[in-house]
Amino acid sequence: MLDDDAGRWILEVDGLSKAYRSGDRALSVLRGVSFRLAAGETLAIVGPSGSGKTTLLGLCAGLDAPTEGRVRLAGEDLGLLDEDGRARVRNQHTGFVFQSFQLIPTLTAIENVMVPRELRGERGVERDARQLLEQVGLAERLDHYPTQLSGGEQQRVAIARAFVNRPKILFADEPTGNLDTETGHRIVESLFRLNQAAGTALVLVTHDAELAARTRRIIRLRGGEVVGDTQ
Amino acid sequence: MAWRDSRASRWRLLLFTLCIVVGIAGLVAVGSLGRSLEGAVEGQAKTLLGADLSIGSRVQFTAEHERFLTTLGGEQAREITFTTMIVFPQREGEGTRLVQVRGLEGGFPFYGRIESVPPEAADRFREQGGVLVEESLLLQFGAKVGDGVKIGSLETRVLGALQKVPGESVAFATIAPRVYLRMEDLRATGLLRDGSLARYRVLFRMPASLDVVKWVESHRTRLDELRLAVATVADRKEDLGQSMRNLYHFLNLVGFVALLLGGVGIASAIQAHVKQKVPTVAVLRCLGSPVGWAFAVYVTQGVALGLVGAVLGAVAGVTIQRLLPRVIADFVPFEVEIATSWSALAEAAALGFSVCVLFALLPLAGIRRVSPLQVLRVAHEPRRVRDPLRVGVVVALAGLVLAFALGHTQRWQEGVGFAAGLTVAFAALAGVARLAMAGLRRLRLPGAPFVVRQGLASVHRPNNRTLLLVVSLGLGTFLLVTLQMSQTTLMRELVSGRQEGRANAILFDIQADQREAVAELVRGQGLPVLDEVPIVTMRLKSIRGTPVEEILASDRDRKGPGWALRREYRSTFTDRLRDSERIVAGEWIGSVDAGEEPVPVSVEDGIAKELGVGMGDELVWDIQGVSLRTRIASLREVDWRRVQPNFFVVFPRGPLDDAPAFHVLVTRVESPEQSARMQREAVRRFPNVSAIDITLVLRTVDQILGKIAYVIRFMALFTVATGLLVLIASVLSGRYQRVRESILLRVLGCSRRQVLRILLVEYTVLGMLSALTGVVLALAASTALTVLVFKLPWTIPLGAPLVSVALVTALTVITGWLASRGITTQAPLEILRRGD
Ligand SMILES: Nc1ncnc2c1ncn2[C@@H]1O[C@H](COP(=O)(O)OP(=O)(O)O)[C@@H](O)[C@H]1O
Ligand SMILES: [Mg+2]
Repeated sequence: MLDDDAGRWILEVDGLSKAYRSGDRALSVLRGVSFRLAAGETLAIVGPSGSGKTTLLGLCAGLDAPTEGRVRLAGEDLGLLDEDGRARVRNQHTGFVFQSFQLIPTLTAIENVMVPRELRGERGVERDARQLLEQVGLAERLDHYPTQLSGGEQQRVAIARAFVNRPKILFADEPTGNLDTETGHRIVESLFRLNQAAGTALVLVTHDAELAARTRRIIRLRGGEVVGDTQ
Repeated sequence: MAWRDSRASRWRLLLFTLCIVVGIAGLVAVGSLGRSLEGAVEGQAKTLLGADLSIGSRVQFTAEHERFLTTLGGEQAREITFTTMIVFPQREGEGTRLVQVRGLEGGFPFYGRIESVPPEAADRFREQGGVLVEESLLLQFGAKVGDGVKIGSLETRVLGALQKVPGESVAFATIAPRVYLRMEDLRATGLLRDGSLARYRVLFRMPASLDVVKWVESHRTRLDELRLAVATVADRKEDLGQSMRNLYHFLNLVGFVALLLGGVGIASAIQAHVKQKVPTVAVLRCLGSPVGWAFAVYVTQGVALGLVGAVLGAVAGVTIQRLLPRVIADFVPFEVEIATSWSALAEAAALGFSVCVLFALLPLAGIRRVSPLQVLRVAHEPRRVRDPLRVGVVVALAGLVLAFALGHTQRWQEGVGFAAGLTVAFAALAGVARLAMAGLRRLRLPGAPFVVRQGLASVHRPNNRTLLLVVSLGLGTFLLVTLQMSQTTLMRELVSGRQEGRANAILFDIQADQREAVAELVRGQGLPVLDEVPIVTMRLKSIRGTPVEEILASDRDRKGPGWALRREYRSTFTDRLRDSERIVAGEWIGSVDAGEEPVPVSVEDGIAKELGVGMGDELVWDIQGVSLRTRIASLREVDWRRVQPNFFVVFPRGPLDDAPAFHVLVTRVESPEQSARMQREAVRRFPNVSAIDITLVLRTVDQILGKIAYVIRFMALFTVATGLLVLIASVLSGRYQRVRESILLRVLGCSRRQVLRILLVEYTVLGMLSALTGVVLALAASTALTVLVFKLPWTIPLGAPLVSVALVTALTVITGWLASRGITTQAPLEILRRGD
């Protein structure tokens, strides 16, 4: 019966806990979080600052190992993979958008967009990259370095990069947090548009209620525990 | 606050200080060495000569000389030195080799002692006969104490191995190894004849109350008349002191380069450190801290850094100074005990401290300009304005370099030259590095794998230390390669004598009546007679009618050509010039009738200048008692590098045909066996004939050059070590940026292996860039040296450059990789939490 269902879930989180050791005291940041996300579904994680949103997102993407619990991403149990294995899963199935853009400073806009595909050893990614940058309205800025772009432009490059490997799931951690409202709106538009077009699942961390409302489902965190799930 | 602020980066800061530690250590060690050398020259002064005074001549003392010498008093000893062949009959194939034979009579050395194995041999040979033979020569022939030897017609035994003679250094005794015997044994060789090339010395021990220098002055006129050369302890001290000072200054300058390089490293590390601190400073300023406050905090850190560096450097210096005496042992003719010189230590530490603080101030000056606004816009680069503090620091640095250079060179031109040369070297390295980086930036490799492109991009990333690394690693490479190439060039030029058909062995001291027989013997062995020249020894009697004695006597301050006037000239006569000679003025006259005077002679250009004579001037020669009037009919340039007899003065055929002459025969041997056989036969049949195999001499010259290069290389290593430390420091100071980037790449799906490959590409390119920059400059410098200084034809020696490029690249990759270890171990989650 589980196997029947397996194809539906892009992300399965089961009894996830995370504690950080500081000195000899263990600081519990997440406690027993479980949820499942179907392919193409959109989810917002909301909660006050310090409630564990970023930690949860990171665990979902295999950026760190949980203290307890299990994460299956695109059908693969992240706990059974080593660091490079998880990197491979991320590279094949996920895209990322960060609050602080995180572009590689030594590469131009188009080169930044090409990175995820190039890491796989693919060639001729340039056409796809250019097309994506055109879709986010940066057709004129292909050869600019990150420092030559405004914050909004950098974030649009990051969005193009997130979609270039046609991910099954996109993780975004407060993508508008560093931008003014106006620019934030435009970014959000691009994000949802591309998301819809590609049928990608979306996990969006935000404390912007308006933004959260645009997703199908909202999970509320407080003090590391799920206090609300609209599903 | 300065201490608290440094919390996170304390270890890293400490590591940066290592950059200057090496330079300071070098200077401390060299400083102590210099003072110890000075002390040794002073303290062991009398053993430098082994006597209070020596009076020497190139001709056998005449009755007139002897009368003069007996009036001088003091305790006297005598020494006669000439070169000849020694034979070891028991050795396989009767080993034979050119040696310098020294006959002793009397208590020389009066100060210090001849050292031998066994030690008592140095005294015993004077009573019971036998010879002391240079240790290296015994080793060469596998001979032992007690073995028989033959010198001319003397047959005797080896009494001991000669190790040390007071006042002589080992390095230069290897071309003609020394053999000591007593005077009657020397005479028993039967090799000392009128006209033989020998050096005669009388050595004096004077009463302690006598002021030798004054005494010499009071006898100066008579000594000049008799053409006797005098050496006093003071002369020797002066000479030695001078060469010791040169050595010391030279080592100092090299150490200083390492220190400066370290300073550059410090500046760059501090800059990276400060860059990370800019947000902190901006926040502090927002919170109302005054402008000078943050600056004071970081300057305090810089000063602390300098202090720590100075102390560590001093400690390291005291440790490595033990190595220096071993490095220079072969060049110093006395014992050097290195004692730590506190003044040298203080000096070097102070210098290191100043360099460190000055270099640290360069980037720190910028802290004063951090505006509170930067809290809001971090990305904004502060505009470059001319900062008086920064200008002041640069001026102070330039002043420091110039002052040091002037303090460690003999003439101000050299000091300024050194400072300018250093500036040019730094500028050239930086220039080449910039060019290469610009090239890399423009380089687009669409087809190359991602890791390659990413690695290349890292080399010219905005905050990378590429320029600094290329300068520091490049300078080290530059020094080492220039050295290596100059040595190779010199050696190749010398060794070219081994080429097809060129002469490489010389038989000399051949008597006129042995000429035919020796030539016969050489041909009989299947060897060619490439050249055969008569040599007549003579001295100058007068120039343009003025007797040489008068010229010498009027030259009170001894600035004139004393050596050229007093020396013994070994001239030849011939009807044709050889191909190593070229007439530059006048005309060559090949033969005149005997008895016709003045005889038209050809004089070598250089010695003519030295003597201050020109075309048409009259020179009168004393040829073993007979006067001969000559006129300068032509001036010649001579290529002295050729392996063949060359002469200052060449006579035409005729006037000297019957003068007492000995002959030199030049041939070519193809193998060591052939050479040994030829020497053995020649010496067996003609005991007075000496032979020298140039290949052997060349090997010795190579060894000496090698030893010199070793000393220089030892110091150059300080530069390379500093370069590597700068590399480590810069990798660590850029580590933060790298960790972030590596995490980002891993978030995007990059495997650890790919991250490491990117690093590998980056450091390979960086290493190659530095090495190539250094090598390109080294090629330029050694070309200049070869063509302008050595005046040799230039070719590219590829060996050293290629090896150094490979070596420096490997070192860079290994160092860079070690310093970047662990950058892939942080959990990628970190990236989600960090701002930027
Ligand atoms: N490396 C760490 N060590 C200890 N505590 C941490 C570490 N990283 C995060 N935390 C703590 O975990 C809690 C949750 O952090 P985070 O997931 O970033 O919250 P959010 O993104 O919801 O603001 C915070 O209280 C934070 O202090
Ligand atoms: Mg967060």
